[in-house]
Order: sequence, then structure tokens, then C-alpha cells
Amino acid sequence: MALEKTSAKKKKLAAPKSAAKGAAKPARGKSATHVNGEGARLATTSGRPNRFIQDYDAAPQEADFVKLKPSYGLFIGGKFMEPKSGKRFDTINPARETKIAEIADAGEADVALAVESARKAYEGVWGKMSGKERGRYLFRIARIIQERARELAVVETMDGGKPIRESRDVDVPLAAAHFFYHAGWADKLEHAFPGARVAPIGVAGQVIPWNFPLLMAAWKIAPALATGNTVVLKPAETTPLTALMLAEICQQAELPEGVVNILTGGPTAGKALVEHRGVDKVAFTGSTAVGKLIAKSVAGTDKRLTLELGGKSAHIIYEDAAIDQAVEGIVNGIFFNQGHVCCAGSRLLVEESVADEVLRKLKRRMEQIRVGDPLDKNTDIGAINSASQLETIQKLVAQARGEGAEYFQPSRFNAPKKGFWHAPCVFSNVASASTIFRTEVFGPVLAVTTFRTPAEAVAKANDTQYGLAAGIWSEKGSKIYWTASQLKAGVVWTNTYNKFDPTAPFGGFMESGYGREGGIHGLEAYLKVTGGVA
Amino acid sequence: MSVKVFKTVKLFIGGAFPRTESGRVVAVKLGANEANLCVASRKDLRQAVEAAEAAAGGWAKASAYNRGQILYRAAEMIEGRRPEFAQLFADTLGWDAARANREIDAGIDAFVYYAGFTDKLSQVRGAVNPVASRHHVFTTPEPVGVVGLILPDAFSFGAMCDDLASILAGGNSVVALLPLGDGGKGGCPAVLAPLAECLATSDLPGGVVNLLTGELAELAPWFGSHMEIRALSYRHEDRATLALIQKAGVENMKRVVAYGADTPPLKRITSFMEYKTAWHPVGA
Repeated sequence: MALEKTSAKKKKLAAPKSAAKGAAKPARGKSATHVNGEGARLATTSGRPNRFIQDYDAAPQEADFVKLKPSYGLFIGGKFMEPKSGKRFDTINPARETKIAEIADAGEADVALAVESARKAYEGVWGKMSGKERGRYLFRIARIIQERARELAVVETMDGGKPIRESRDVDVPLAAAHFFYHAGWADKLEHAFPGARVAPIGVAGQVIPWNFPLLMAAWKIAPALATGNTVVLKPAETTPLTALMLAEICQQAELPEGVVNILTGGPTAGKALVEHRGVDKVAFTGSTAVGKLIAKSVAGTDKRLTLELGGKSAHIIYEDAAIDQAVEGIVNGIFFNQGHVCCAGSRLLVEESVADEVLRKLKRRMEQIRVGDPLDKNTDIGAINSASQLETIQKLVAQARGEGAEYFQPSRFNAPKKGFWHAPCVFSNVASASTIFRTEVFGPVLAVTTFRTPAEAVAKANDTQYGLAAGIWSEKGSKIYWTASQLKAGVVWTNTYNKFDPTAPFGGFMESGYGREGGIHGLEAYLKVTGGVA
Repeated sequence: MSVKVFKTVKLFIGGAFPRTESGRVVAVKLGANEANLCVASRKDLRQAVEAAEAAAGGWAKASAYNRGQILYRAAEMIEGRRPEFAQLFADTLGWDAARANREIDAGIDAFVYYAGFTDKLSQVRGAVNPVASRHHVFTTPEPVGVVGLILPDAFSFGAMCDDLASILAGGNSVVALLPLGDGGKGGCPAVLAPLAECLATSDLPGGVVNLLTGELAELAPWFGSHMEIRALSYRHEDRATLALIQKAGVENMKRVVAYGADTPPLKRITSFMEYKTAWHPVGA
């Protein structure tokens, strides 16, 4: 199927009027412009020009080279096949609401077939293979992802709506890095658990979300395979394409049939997969609500379970922070990937003495955020992943406005007519008990409150059922260490935010789930560890 | 000879020895005599969790060295009460001296072993992560907080001490249920008394360990659903009750762990710990 013609359409859409007049281009990444799909409105609402706002020419990422099929089957036993369910659904581009491809909707019979295929591969080939050989396949996959990085990045952006800058610089390179890192573990597992015996668990059923489609697939598949398990993975309904490309990459890498099976579909397929008796290990990343349903369905079975769930992560700004850097950190913390990030720094806690300054600078910085075509290389915030997610965000925002929190969004936000968009926004003077401060929004929505002492900051930060991540900004080392030690969160970013690496374990405390992904600690989720010194 | 003084076996909550608030007791045979053991109620459990929650912060913050010394002290206390334990095991379980001493040795071994593990944990299971960006990134294990421990009907003093010491070594506080089983037959719920006395005199802050005797069927659902119990070590034989606890525990995403006999000691500790990863930029 011919891809949407990105470049031609794009130029018309995003080239702002002033840019045509040859407005001076600022250095890349600095004092950025606001470009949205309708073309930027350069005047502020007050009518005065904003001296911080300048515009870029459109910088569309070429997409014509991507060759997608008009329709995709299920990847079972090393082959793409038609779904036994006979059902299909469309995957669309959330920035344009155009159909990209038709996707198979796996049913229970398809799940059964995929689990059987994974079992056969586990017992016949993969479970017996030496770690060295398993590692070789994973190294191959890492390399092919690197080779096809440009294509993967474009498809990720088209299918999910995230800015090409992020899929190109974060999602795809990290996915390759995850395979490379775990490839090296495959023949060194005895070093991870000295004095103990390790063995694979068997067949892993894995269900992943739509916010980092390829990266989450890599987070799930790479450690499972390195440790000798086989997998059946279900990508999210709205973002199946890069997982299907990963299936092609498995073919290219000549991975033995059935070691990786990829089932596209919706909640029916996901439920059937985690409940299948032939699955020995369930791994899920997604909402806490669904995570709890899965935990209930797994209760009373011998299945192993790891869950990476929601969050409402606190971002603490002390008065002795480098404020300008902290403001960049806040923006990166909440607006990265449209705020569709489980560890997003969605609760901002600012020390009272600098609250006005931080908020003023934050708002000024937000005026410069470019919302628009995800395929434009200058775009900071792309499209909301789906209509239903947009509705969820809008509802929570409306509720917060109704509850009286002070609302701010950039003055020039004009959503393109097609596609799903939400302005980056901030609620200030938010009460700790209010919905917007407690509920995960999973969108570009920040809630701000203040504190007076480090103890109060910690108490407010920990006042949540979640425990995924947190951020701390201060120039004082001892205060950073103390605060980090007090926070109940699996990941603490200090003077930085939203950084990821395959060597660094990721995962939450409390209702943000259990188990870790990445690092030496992530291996445990896919191994039986027994025996050892007493 | 003067009239012998019987020992009253009560509960151990917050460092004190209260009777069950319910007033319920069950008579179990202790040699020639009978002891009236408390049948702990849901409210006793709640009070025990409250005490454990209050004690958790201080215990977690104590230095690993200090925690190690206190666990070692517990071993010293058990050694000092060896005759009392041996007599109790003979009276309730009919164990001969050799068997009793093997079990007491195992219990002492467990406390000494885990005492020496407290200040090794972050070195053997912590990490400095070689990330590709310019950041210093390290991972350390931290206690989860209040851990529930449901002991089996089939009594082993060594295993019980192993369960307690491994959870404590990580810096958690514990609320343990010693099931009364069928009127205490087969088990040894009365061990609560000498064990609690050992722990109470080990410099272990009150509330770090709380011991209850009670009925599994009555208390298990509350162990499962209590929001302040962050993790639970399930050592009982009844699988149906485990499933019930797992379901109830979903509400606060409780870490319910039912490990086998071949689980390595390090994993017994880290099963009740969380890994925290901290990032900081590197640059001049």
C-alpha cells in the first residue's frame, strides 16, 4: 500500500507564514518556535508579539521510502498467517486519522496456536540451546534494528503519533541497545546469580502498551530470550506496526520458528493470553487497573508475574536548584511523548520560595513548545495516541478546571482539524487531595503544588499509592542523597528526568507494579533461581 | 518443693505481651500441663500491623551494621534459652534432645547467618549501572516495609527462624501468624513465648517483630487485604488459602511470595526488597 504522502502535504500544513519571509532561525533546540499543524500564530493572545517565539521552516521527515503492507497477519511459528478469528481492524495514523494498514485481530484459537508454537520452540530448540548461541541471535536482532532504524522510527511515529525526534533518538536506539545488552547476558547468567542455579521458566505471555511500542517489545522480548524462554507478545491495539516489523526482523535474523510469536489484537487476545494455561510467565506493562485484573486472574496458579503499571511521579524542585535547568527537566518530565509515559513527572512540587519564578519560567518555556505534525523533525509534542485517550485526558482536565485549579496552556495552541491533539498544560494551586494530583492522566498535563521543607516535600511526594519514579532538583549533594533515600519510588532522577538505559533497572514500588526490567535485576523475572549456598 | 509457676503464653505486639483483645483462648497440651493460647482476632492483627508500620521506618533507617548486631544478639538469646526451647519441643512435639538441639542449632544458625548478610546486600545485589549516557546510575535494594508471614502447620524451629531473620535482614518489620492448626496439634504455637522473649531482649525495637497465634482461616483474608502489609511470605501448606490471599492482595499490589525449600538465602531476603535506581548527571 502506498504510504501517505507526507512531504507534500506536510509543507502546506506546517510552513508558518513568517518562516516564508525568512525569519531568522535560532540555534537548534534553543528558544524554539511553536509550530502546529495549522501554522503558528505568532502574536500572543494580548496581540503583542512574544519575543521568545520564533518560527522554523517545516522539517518533514521523509516517509516515502517506508514500504508497509496493506494488511498484516499474525506472526506464529515463524510465519505470518491469517487469524483463525477471521477478524481484522485498522491501525490509523493518530495525527491524520488516516488508515495505515489492516491488522489481524487474534482470538482465543490464535492465542492457543501461538502458545503451542512457543511451547514447541521452547522444548524443541530454544530451551536446550547454549547461551552462546541464543546470544548470537539476539546480537543479530540488535544489529538489524540498527540497520532499519530510520524505517522503524518513521513507522513508530506514523502509527503512534510521537514526534519523530523521539522515535529516532530514543525509542529505536534504546530498543536496539536492549537486544544488544541482553544478548551479552545469554551466556553469562551464572554471573548474575553467583552460587545459585538458574533455569528458564518456559513460555512467556507478554502484553505491552502503546506509548513506546517497539521499545516495550524489546524490554519484554530481549530478557525473555536471553534467559532461554520463548514468548508470545501482544502489542497494543493502536500501535501494532513496529512489533510486526520486529517479527520480520526475527525472520531476517533466522531466529528459530516459534521462539517469538506476535499476536495483534485487543483486550480479548490479551485476556486469553494471560489466562492461557500453557503460559508459565506473564509480563504486563500498562494501567494499574488492568494490572490488577491480571494479578487476580493469575492468583492461585503457578504462573510467574511481573507488572509495570501506572504512576503519578513527583518532581521536586528545591530552592537551591539550577532553576533554568530544572525548568527544562520539568518540561522533559511531563511533555516527553505527549505525557504518555508511566513515569512522567506529573506532580510538580516546588519549594515555596521559588514557586513564582519556576512557574513563570515554565510558562514562558511552554510558549515555545511546538505541537504538531509528529513527522516534523522540529516537533516537540505530537499527536495523542488515540481518540479514546484524548477523551480521557479531556475529561480529567475538565474535571480539574471544574474543581477550581488554576489552568494554563500556551496562548497559541491551535489544534489541527484532523488528528488527536491536546495542548500542553499546567494546573497550579492544586490541592494534594484533588483528582488531578492523584489520578494518572497519561497526557501532557502537569499539576503543581508547593512545599516549605524537605520533609514536607518527601511527605507529599510519598502520598500516593504509586511508586514508580520521582525527580529531584537541587545543587546540594547531601540533600539530593537524603531525598532520594526517602522517596518510595523505583527510579529517582536527580537533576535529570526521563532517562532510560538497558543497564539500569526500571520498575515500581507498591501499586506501580512488581519486578524490574533492565539491568542485572531484570533477569530475575525470567529465571528460576534455586539452590545455592546456605 | 514449692508449687510450679506456669507460664502464660500471650501475643507479642509492639514489643509488649498483650492478651488477645477478643478474650478467646484455646487450650493446648504442654507436657503434663495445658496452656491457654490466644486466638488472635482481626483487631489484634490490625494492631500488630500498626505497630509494625510504626517500627518499620526506624528499623529500615538503622545502619546495616546495627541491624546485623541485633540479629546476632537474637541468636545469643536463643542460645541462652536452649533448655527452655528443648523442653517445650519435648513437651509439645515429643522431640528427643538430639532432634530438639538440631532444630535449635538451625534457628541460631539462621539468625547468625542473616545477621552477617545485612551489610552485604547492597554490595551483592546493588549495582552501578554502566549507562551509555553521561550519568552516574546506581541501584540499591530497599525494604518493602511491613511484611506478613504466615507460618506452616508443620513446625520447624530452624525454618521459622530462617523466615523471620531473612525478612528482618532486609530492614522490614514483620507480623507473623503461628497457626493454631487443629488445636495446636502437630505445630508448636506456644513457641511464641520463648521466641518473643528472645526477640524482646535482643535490642530489636518494639514492633519490628509481632507474633500472633491464631486460626489461619480466620486471619488469612485480612492478611491478604490489609493495605499496610506490603508483602507477604506464605509458608503454610494450604494452597487454597494462598490463592485467596493472592486475590485479596491485589488491592495494594501486595508482593505475595510462596517460595520453595530450594530458594537461595539471598533470594529469600530480596523477595521482600525493592530495587531503587538513582540517576545523576556527570559533568564539570
